[in-house]
Amino acid sequence: MSFLKYRLRMDKNVHLIMKILTVFSIVTILAILLGLLYKAYPILKTHSLTNLLLSKDWFPQKELFGLFPFISSTFQVTGLAMFIAVPFCLLASIYLSEYASKSITRLVLPLIDILAGIPSVIFGIWGIILIVPFIRDYVAPFFGKVSSGYSILTGGIVLAVMLIPVMVNILLEVFNTVSRGYKEASLALGATKWQCIKHVLLIKSAPGIISAIALSLSRAFGETLAVLMVVGNVTKSPKSILDPAQPLPALIANNYGEMMSVDLYDSALLLASLVLFIIVLFFNIIARVILRRLEKNNH
Amino acid sequence: MKFKAKFIEERIFKILMITSTSIILLSLGAILGSILYKGLPSLSWEMISQTPKGGFYLGKSGGILNAILGSFYIAFGATAIALLVSLPVALYINIYRKKFSKYSNLVRLCLDVLWGVPSIVYGALGFSVMLYIGLKTSLLAGIIIVGILIIPVMIRAMDEVIKTIPKGLVEASLALGSTKTETAFKIVVKQALPGIITAILLSFGRAIGDAASVMYTTGFTDNIPKSLLSQAATLPLAIMNLVSSPIVEVQNKAYASALILTFIILFLSIISRLLSIKYTKNKSH
Amino acid sequence: MSLSINNQSNIVVENLNVFYNQRHALKNINITIPSNKLTAIIGPSGCGKTTFLKCFNRLIENNDNINVTGNFLVNGQNIYQPNIEITEIRKKMGLLSQRPYPLPMSIYDNITYGPKIHGEKNKEKLDHIVEFYLKEANLWEEVKDRLHSPANNLSIGQQQRLCLARGLAVEPEFILGDEPTSALDPISSKHIEQKFLELKNKYTIVLVTHSLRQAKKIADYVIFMYLGEIIEHGSVEEVLLNPKNQLTKDYVNGEIN
Repeated sequence: MSFLKYRLRMDKNVHLIMKILTVFSIVTILAILLGLLYKAYPILKTHSLTNLLLSKDWFPQKELFGLFPFISSTFQVTGLAMFIAVPFCLLASIYLSEYASKSITRLVLPLIDILAGIPSVIFGIWGIILIVPFIRDYVAPFFGKVSSGYSILTGGIVLAVMLIPVMVNILLEVFNTVSRGYKEASLALGATKWQCIKHVLLIKSAPGIISAIALSLSRAFGETLAVLMVVGNVTKSPKSILDPAQPLPALIANNYGEMMSVDLYDSALLLASLVLFIIVLFFNIIARVILRRLEKNNH
Repeated sequence: MKFKAKFIEERIFKILMITSTSIILLSLGAILGSILYKGLPSLSWEMISQTPKGGFYLGKSGGILNAILGSFYIAFGATAIALLVSLPVALYINIYRKKFSKYSNLVRLCLDVLWGVPSIVYGALGFSVMLYIGLKTSLLAGIIIVGILIIPVMIRAMDEVIKTIPKGLVEASLALGSTKTETAFKIVVKQALPGIITAILLSFGRAIGDAASVMYTTGFTDNIPKSLLSQAATLPLAIMNLVSSPIVEVQNKAYASALILTFIILFLSIISRLLSIKYTKNKSH
Repeated sequence: MSLSINNQSNIVVENLNVFYNQRHALKNINITIPSNKLTAIIGPSGCGKTTFLKCFNRLIENNDNINVTGNFLVNGQNIYQPNIEITEIRKKMGLLSQRPYPLPMSIYDNITYGPKIHGEKNKEKLDHIVEFYLKEANLWEEVKDRLHSPANNLSIGQQQRLCLARGLAVEPEFILGDEPTSALDPISSKHIEQKFLELKNKYTIVLVTHSLRQAKKIADYVIFMYLGEIIEHGSVEEVLLNPKNQLTKDYVNGEIN
């Protein structure tokens, strides 16, 4: 009997530990949010939030902490990356899920997984080796401009490639979930495959496509290193996509080390982190909720 | 006439699709190709067997042993910490809780969201917390931050595997009178082992490749770390530092280092692929 | 090796109701399961027979949104009381499921898993248990030379016999079978049926089956269920040969499936 008691006590204890660990691992989100709020509080007390978010003046020495150039750079780089990546990913995913033979998908999917595993610093190096000279020597002169090659466009291209595996994997899952039921029905009506895709698959997966885009967006906003390495890091609102810029993550990464010397500097940078965190969280939660609903409806 | 148009349209789109897929594959090729092309000439035994000589920014000779070791220390430490948390949580939401209960799905949602938090946010906040509690920039701090960073990745990867274990197997074990703990650790872990190892490798890859989180928490040094409390170099940061140097030889070392990191990542991904092939084979029996 | 034969092994179910996602899956079940007999539960698919069987060892609780009310008395004790030790209940109930689920380990370890978790450490005794129960399940001759190879390599029929041996090795008082022959070939099915006929002298057996032929052949007592209710129960002669209820008649004549 005592052995049984021991086993049951063991079970109970393990159960408790697991519960604590589970709670701990999800409470991290809350902890991050509270931590960032706490650290950003000093600057929010002395500066108005609209001023911080909309002012173009970033002079930490003068206690001017306008985040607008960085926020606008973030949106420009991310927007550009999405503009490049979405059509490619959409077309490739439709091909892989509806047209490609099994042997092709079996070859392509592992390669996309490899792409997903490549660290961002490698993407950055690739950008420096290939994309920077390409922009500097071909693209900029073509438009009659001079560029160092370190620009929003470069950041956008590198980021676009990084987003491919994220987006393709979600899109494939979405198409798989949706296309289970519709195929025979639609083909039986004499529609061509492409018509089925256009009129049924794409319409029915619209929420899934939106959430794939939202999820990639949230990844793109937070991507630090690769973009930082090729975007030029200049504190100025860029005028064209061939100008250098400095998105939020790059701002934090580039300046965090020196922040101790200036009052409120670290508070400003953690405010930048908070802004980043909220943008990312927003897109992420929307995407996840849509995906969950889609999965439920199609089961 | 209309009949024809719909086939032409399909044709055009099919060509566009194949082109897109090819471009995606080409970009992978371009990445690996350019890293190989630039890195291979500078790759030498010296690179992986020596620490930098003459400063990491200017020194033309020496290698990046410090960064390779630092990265491995961090990745091993972080993976170990993450494993201690992740395996119990993945088991908890699948075995102790009902697999698809509201609770388990909420946990999954939170983990997915957590996965999306940018690593620079972990780095920045982690550094603030370190200052607050008086922990210096060190290997230990890096291990903890990276560990926290990869926990959601690891849990969700394990969860995906454990989810697929047939209910009947769990019930068979419970029906013999085992507790949930015995079922979880003696049966479920055993059955899911290849998948669990794959999840560990995946997280290890994340840990070794992430730079933004270690930038301020681990610091950088030319020396091999001697204790958990000393600063340490990491491969991604070493690559970044080297490539920003004005000296061509130093830049070349960056390319060689990038090649080394790529090799490590490819190696991990090949092993996990082999494992998953073996796993699916066993399952079909 | 003595088997724990207990002539008082009995099960009495009173007003058992099961709600599954708000669906009333089992309605007011009242039944006494005869001891040391083989009771077959029959009925069309979806009638609740598997749900009912899962109430015996409380595996039903492994589903989402389950609510169980009523009394389920095993040897006079209500197993749905909050302070009941669930592992002890399950130890008393050997389960043979629709498909065999060998544990991910060797044949030998499959048999010793149960005794080991319940505290048996003696190597000789474990060896003895393995041989005894593999013989009991008519599997010994086929596997005695490869006891340490993975159980997954056995054929489905062998796996099911292994699962039977594994279940018997924890010395249960009851054996629950959830259509245990439905995935098997005719010869393996016959093995299992034969075994049940032998075992029913020592154990109280409850067998869910979709095969009337099987029920006729090996059962002593039959329960017919339809849409979550017990329509009729009694001896084989009563229920299968001279059914009183129209639904039972229709089912026995193959008119509802």
